Amino acid sequence: MLAPETLEEITAAVKAANRYGEPLRIFGSDSKAFYGRGVVGTPLSLRNLSGVIAYEPTELVVTVRAGTRIGDLEALLASKSQMLACEPPHLGNDATIGGMIGTGLAGPRRPYAGGVRDSVLGIRCIVAAGSLLRFGGQVMKNVAGFDISRLMVGTLGTLGIIVEASLKVLPRPRAEITLCQEVQAARAIELMNAWARKPLPLSAAAYDGVAVYARLTGSAASVASACAEIGGHEADSRFWEDLREQRLSYFLDGRPVWRVSAPPAAAPLALAGEWFFDWGGAHRWLKSEADPEDIKHAAVGCGGHAVLFRGGDQEGEPFPRPPPALLSVYQRIKKAFDPNGILNPGRLLPEL
Amino acid sequence: MDLSTELRRLLPREAVIADPASLSVYECDALSAYRQPPKVVVLPRTAEEVRAILRLCHRLRVPVVARGAGTGLSGGALPHAEGVLLSLTRLNRILSIDPANRTATVEPGVRNIQIACTIGGNVAENSGGVHCLKYGLTLNNLLALTVMTIEGERLELGSQTLDAPGYDLLALMTGSEGLLGIVTSVTVELLPRPQAAQVLLAAFKRVEDAGNGVAAVIAAGIIPAGLEMMDRLAIEAAEDFVHAGYPLDAEAILLCEIDGHPAEIEAELPRVAEVLKAQGATEVRVARDESERQRFWTGRKAAFPALGRIAPDYYCMDGTIPRRHLGAVLARIGALSQEFGLAVANVFHAGDGNLHPLILYDANAPGQLERAEAFGGKILEVCVEAGGTITGEHGVGVEKLNQMCVQFTAEELEQFHAVKRAFDPDGLLNPGKAIPTLRRCAEFGALHVHAGKLPFPELERF
Ligand SMILES: Cc1cc2nc3c(=O)[nH]c(=O)nc-3n(C[C@H](O)[C@H](O)[C@H](O)COP(=O)(O)OP(=O)(O)OC[C@H]3O[C@@H](n4cnc5c(N)ncnc54)[C@H](O)[C@@H]3O)c2cc1C
Repeated sequence: MLAPETLEEITAAVKAANRYGEPLRIFGSDSKAFYGRGVVGTPLSLRNLSGVIAYEPTELVVTVRAGTRIGDLEALLASKSQMLACEPPHLGNDATIGGMIGTGLAGPRRPYAGGVRDSVLGIRCIVAAGSLLRFGGQVMKNVAGFDISRLMVGTLGTLGIIVEASLKVLPRPRAEITLCQEVQAARAIELMNAWARKPLPLSAAAYDGVAVYARLTGSAASVASACAEIGGHEADSRFWEDLREQRLSYFLDGRPVWRVSAPPAAAPLALAGEWFFDWGGAHRWLKSEADPEDIKHAAVGCGGHAVLFRGGDQEGEPFPRPPPALLSVYQRIKKAFDPNGILNPGRLLPEL
Repeated sequence: MDLSTELRRLLPREAVIADPASLSVYECDALSAYRQPPKVVVLPRTAEEVRAILRLCHRLRVPVVARGAGTGLSGGALPHAEGVLLSLTRLNRILSIDPANRTATVEPGVRNIQIACTIGGNVAENSGGVHCLKYGLTLNNLLALTVMTIEGERLELGSQTLDAPGYDLLALMTGSEGLLGIVTSVTVELLPRPQAAQVLLAAFKRVEDAGNGVAAVIAAGIIPAGLEMMDRLAIEAAEDFVHAGYPLDAEAILLCEIDGHPAEIEAELPRVAEVLKAQGATEVRVARDESERQRFWTGRKAAFPALGRIAPDYYCMDGTIPRRHLGAVLARIGALSQEFGLAVANVFHAGDGNLHPLILYDANAPGQLERAEAFGGKILEVCVEAGGTITGEHGVGVEKLNQMCVQFTAEELEQFHAVKRAFDPDGLLNPGKAIPTLRRCAEFGALHVHAGKLPFPELERF
């Protein structure tokens, strides 16, 4: 396994791989190895390329090497009363920032404070030819050139090796409270959407099959007034971290877990299995052994899509199949970054 | 058969314009220093007509330049002499509004009332505005786009919910200045209106203090809904024009808007005032009522036209820098203004570090336009040196092609071209805009020397 400590070593490894057309399996700590298809190739971990390069709290920007652990970065930000707005799941103690960007997975705060893409201001990456490229930057607004730094989010390492990222951070809210009330699924969807239509300081909303949970964050005054409006009783705020890290009992049996993205107000889908709603209804976990085709079909039917997140047949097609015209653009983009197909080939789709 | 005859087979007669007098109306966007009438203008009404036009142009290898309202400030919608100017203004329907899911889907020609530009133009530029510090840029509020490729393929990018599978082409398309595809529908997320908003005006004796005040507000953990700065020249022009009630003895003012719950605003405003006073604000005024709040903003919004009254022409720049360098960079721009002998006014999105120096000049005075352009180019280079970018929201267009050579290496530019080819192998969509050729950079001479290596060794020099 390769675990380079410098950019020069990565460049050399990539150039060699590209010359001989030998695939690389690129990862951080493999905390999310279950996500996406398997890759056959020389393992190349970014975990030793770590550390904070620049942190300027007044700029709301931090620049880190890709192998930096999410936990270490969050601790640093917390020491200055700041945080990553996208609340990324770690799913492992050593989860890295590179993996956060590569998977593009965001936590419960996503609908209210933006996703991983919205946190990325710039990246440096090494493409298959071995060149080190920088896109975006350290400033809030930047429209020079195509937005390749945000394109990289969620590409699962198939376009380039992210070696450095500049991320937007936010001040930590001063007051926070979690409320919950027992309701049926359909009512939970109604409530979560009704809250989102009002100017409430909502920072998370979920339904675990029994109760609907709301997290309110902001100034003491606005949180207090929103509490009165939402009602319910106070719950333990650690719920959100347990949800994000999939430590809740819901996630602890062996059935395949699907991640169904849906328009937030879509009525609960009639599929066999157990549901858990996050993101105010826009992202719904489904634990089910139903036919994958039925699940995918139902998700598309309501205006969303389904991804086989964990378990089941990951070697099939855990991600939805794009329409032909779109797939052809994906393939041409892949070629523009990785003409010989050496960067995590097949992890996202067999063709990429 | 010539181009306009072929186009008339696809579109109603009045939707194809080819007579020279009418074409001249379209010869520039809001960067009027560059003018070029197109060969033909087409005004389709539907996405299917757009598709047919693109297929034809692809078959005939004719360049296509998309045009929204033509308010762009960087020449992005400047026509091509041999090409079709594809106006999207007649695609102006609101297709659907989904209150339950809080989304709206509209055609690209739908206008943003305030400055009359189109939503298609906003997507193509990834536009911002005064609220983006808190609410983000266009991209942060987009869910989906329908895009027609130059080959006439229809692509659905993004989704009706918060994420989409596959490569994030929604992000790539946003801000791509009409080079990758033509946007034919846009789905945006709708946010609840904040309960209340209040604005505070702070006056400073030194521009640097105002710059430091901006960084200090953010450092205090406050995210205003708007944080704008105006310098003396801008204040005077605006005051003269709309009587906003600005202090005339200040070198700079900041307008800081806080929105949210009334109690939150009440708690936050005194904190902002305190922070700004500590940075040297000589006067801090909270708008007494909604009409005063509106007046404070009217002055800001009228600043560009107000400056247009005091000089025959102005040239608006658009760099972004880290906020902590605001004071120093503004001082540097002041020094350059002396050097070039042209006045400059600053009115800008200070909270984002997004500068808009307006260089005042007279196009009829020999040499002034060239001097203004050289001065502008210099300002952008200063932004890059300060760790920033040459464009925060107005785009590269034709205007900042040279400065792209300063900001990016040859390899990075080559990667942009490779992405462009993935969508448009023949280079028919808005050719010559946004991304300079390596040859142009070599000729410009302001090469970004990376790691001590000369970036374009393969090219001959001129
Ligand atoms: C007074 C003034 C104030 C401004 N203030 C701000 C500000 O605060 N923040 C900010 O971000 N910007 C600001 N701008 C610039 C603004 O971003 C642009 O004017 C606007 O986005 C362009 O919209 P348009 O419809 O006029 O597009 P055009 O100028 O017609 O076109 C702009 C670009 O978009 C492309 N394009 C247009 N429509 C499409 C389409 N459907 N598909 C693909 N490509 C397309 C064109 O080819 C061109 O490259 C300001 C401009 C003015 C004149």
